[in-house]
Formats: sequence, C-alpha cells, structure tokens
Amino acid sequence: MKDSLVLLSRILAHPDSRCWFLAWNPAGTLLASCGGDRSVRIWGREGDSWICKSVLCEGHQRTVRKVAWSPCGNYLASASFDATTCIWKKNEDDFECVTTLEGHENEVKSVAWAPSGNLLATCSRDKSVWVWEVDEEDEYECVSVLNSHTQDVKHVVWHPSQELLASASYDDTVKLYREEEDDWVCCATLEGHESTVWSLAFDPSGQRLASCSDDRTVRIWRQYLPGNEQGVACSGSEASWKCVCTLSGFHSRTIYDVAWCQLTGTLATACGDDAIRVFEEDPGSDPQQPTFSLTAHVPQAHSQDVNCVAWNPKERGLLASCSDDGELAFWKYQPSEGI
Amino acid sequence: MERVSGLLSWTLSRFLWLSGLSEPGAARQPRIMEEKALEVYDLIRTIRDPEKPNTLEELEVVTESCVEVQEINEDDYLVIIRFTPTVPHCSLATLIGLCLRVKLQRCLPFKHKLEIYISEGTHSTEEDINKQINDKERVAAAMENPNLREIVEQCVLEPD
Repeated sequence: MKDSLVLLSRILAHPDSRCWFLAWNPAGTLLASCGGDRSVRIWGREGDSWICKSVLCEGHQRTVRKVAWSPCGNYLASASFDATTCIWKKNEDDFECVTTLEGHENEVKSVAWAPSGNLLATCSRDKSVWVWEVDEEDEYECVSVLNSHTQDVKHVVWHPSQELLASASYDDTVKLYREEEDDWVCCATLEGHESTVWSLAFDPSGQRLASCSDDRTVRIWRQYLPGNEQGVACSGSEASWKCVCTLSGFHSRTIYDVAWCQLTGTLATACGDDAIRVFEEDPGSDPQQPTFSLTAHVPQAHSQDVNCVAWNPKERGLLASCSDDGELAFWKYQPSEGI
Repeated sequence: MERVSGLLSWTLSRFLWLSGLSEPGAARQPRIMEEKALEVYDLIRTIRDPEKPNTLEELEVVTESCVEVQEINEDDYLVIIRFTPTVPHCSLATLIGLCLRVKLQRCLPFKHKLEIYISEGTHSTEEDINKQINDKERVAAAMENPNLREIVEQCVLEPD
C-alpha cells in the first residue's frame, strides 16, 4: 500500500510562508498556488519539472487564501484575508487584475466558479455567502447575500453540472443553495460533523458530496430526490441529503481538504497530521451505504500540516498537495491493480 | 551479532548515565517529556499579560504543570497548554491564546503540533475560545490585523 503514492517532485513554492491552496486550470496544464506571502503563483510543466510561469503579487494586501479558475480557463479568481476577491485575466503567461470584488466585511475564505462560468460564489468570516453574476463585459454584480450560517464560512463549491452551491462552516454545518424565483435560497442543511467543516468536494456525478472536518472525519452525503425508491423523506419538491458514510479512525488531526477525482472517483485528503491519504470506494459496495478503503497513506507527506490536495482534471492519478511549510508537491497515485 | 548489540546497549547505558537519564526504559520517556515541557514553559512564562504589567507566570495564568508534552513520532511532539485566565469573563483570553501560539511558533526549537485550551471551568465561554485559538486560519488572519499584531508583539517581546 505504501508505494502507491509516489513523490514526483517538491518545490518551495511560497518561501517563509504557508502555502494555503492549489487549483488546476481546466486543461490541467497550469497549477495556481496561493499563500501567506500575499502572492499567487502559476506553475507549468517543462519536461519533467514544474516551473514558476508567473507571480501575481500586486492584487492583495494580506494572505491569499484560495484561488479558482473559470471553466473557460481564461480567468483566475483569488480570495484574500484583505476582504477582497481579485479577478485576473490570462493573456499568454501574463495575468492582469481586471476587477476587484469588494463587499465582504472581513476575510474572504473561498471563491468558486459555477460550471456555466456565469456565476461566482465567495464566502467570508462575516458569515455570509455571496453569489455574483458575470456579464460579457467582465462586469460582476452581486445578486444575492446568503446569511444562513451562524459563523465563519470556510469553503464554497459548485455542483459539477448544476447551479447548486454548497458551503462549509465553522458552525459545523454544510449548507446547499439554489436559485428560486430570481433569488438564492438555502435549500438544505447537512448536520452531523462535530466541529468546523473545512472543505467540500462533489463526486463526478454530483450526486454525492464529501465534507471534511476538524472532528477528524470525512462524511459522504448522498442526494435523494422526491419519490426516491429508498423512501428517504423529502419535503415537497426539495431533494434531501443524507449522510451515507463516515470515514473515521483514519486521521489523527484536523482534515483541511478533501478532493474527489473527477476522472476516477478516487478520494484524497489533506490532514493536519502532515499526511496525505487516498481512499477508494469498495467495488460492489451498497450505493445506499458505500464503504471506502484506505489505499495509500504517506505519513510525512510534508513537514507540517497539509492544507490542500488537488487531482489533475486531465491526467489520471496526478495529485498536487501543499503545506504550512510553504511547499508544493506532485504525486503519482498508482492503484494496486495496476502494479 | 550479540556482541554488537551488547556493545550498543553498553554505549547507550553509558550515554544515558552521562546525561543523567540512567533509568529503566519505561521511566525514561516521561523524563524526556518533562524536559520538553519545561522548555515550553520557559518560553511562555515570560509572556506579558495584554493589560497588566506582569508576566503570565506572575499572574499564574500559566504554571509548570499546565504544559503537557506527548510524543507523536520520533522528534515530533504534541504540546498541550491549559491556561487559566485571571477572571472568568476575561475578554483577553483569546489574546493570551494568540500570544502563546505566536511565541511557540516562533521560538520552540523542536517540531511540534500545538493545542491550547482554557483550563476547565475557568471561563464562561470556554468552548468558543478553545475553538477560536485552535483554528489556525483565524489565528493567521488575526496576526495580519495591525492592531492585534502590535499588542501580541508587545506581549511576546523577549525580556531584557
């Protein structure tokens, strides 16, 4: 098992600072990293090595907490502790800050683009989630401010194909939102975690959502539509979400990130115990009560907390990770059948 | 082979004797943890209280026994601090937690994970504060706030 996640390379991406988050562009050719040094860095492959193609350091006054690529790959959004979100337009290797989104009262913790590219979501310690509409002239307009959480909102993520938004919070819950008659509404609250929910990831179908928490567990939630065969109760025409699996006993500290590979359905986690773990769904496990097995575990993947794991969207098994030690690492995951 | 291991254990016992740790195996571990705990205590006892002219040691916000060290791996330790705010409603408890975290992050020479808690029953919003001071994202953001940062820097300044 120990050999199935192999280190390809390691780079000190954000020296003397934390590396907080990573995002692959949709083509899988570029990786954006961000950190406590207030910069965003863009990494590209040349031969066998990864080199820094651009450094975006003019946009933010404080830590850049997260980055997200637009579905077309021509824009990058960066969320910062300085309460703003910058939108960068890509032109060859150059990135120009075209808009700064203001409005949150304090730290912006996360940013995510809807699959259509027409909507953007941001969230903040101010407890709110904002939905922004993007027009053809690169104008951004806030269309909704959602105040459903009672605490700091840590992460936002969109469903892979629908306009369904999920958020994770310090209030230990996950919330889901959809548009209803020109406004956005919270349509589900997922309760079960016993501490802060740090991150979320949808599976390739969008039917399931994985959440990871300070309670050292990963939970898998499944969507049940009204009239489902399993008899899971729904209120009216609203889908309901039920926790169908809890991965506990594997992680020894806070789990900061979970990534669900859109090509293979493999799960990876980033943990405060410095480790990276990979899980696979057991073949033939009951879809209503799926079981997962730990297939790879690198105990000291980094010298400090691992903050993020990101599967390449095009190349199967290519995983990037980053840590409080400022490093960025690339891994090759080889499922045991393949050896 | 036996001779080699015999030699090794002789060298080891001699080394342990020299370093004053010549005790049967099981008793050695707590002693090392105690030393690590003292090392931690030595760094935090001189932190100044955010609003009084005294140190945390003088105010008994921290004591030797409030530091616990456990081994996670070889050369990697879990440090747990349980501090006692001066009054149950002390609004500065979060700030003290921040000072403890910042000082140890900067000065503790061994690899560690840090957990900071308010000693049970000493504060009215114990759980809220415990959650906040152990959330590294909230701590990082607080340290980028110029006002908070200045206060913390003053508190953790090395005494002359």
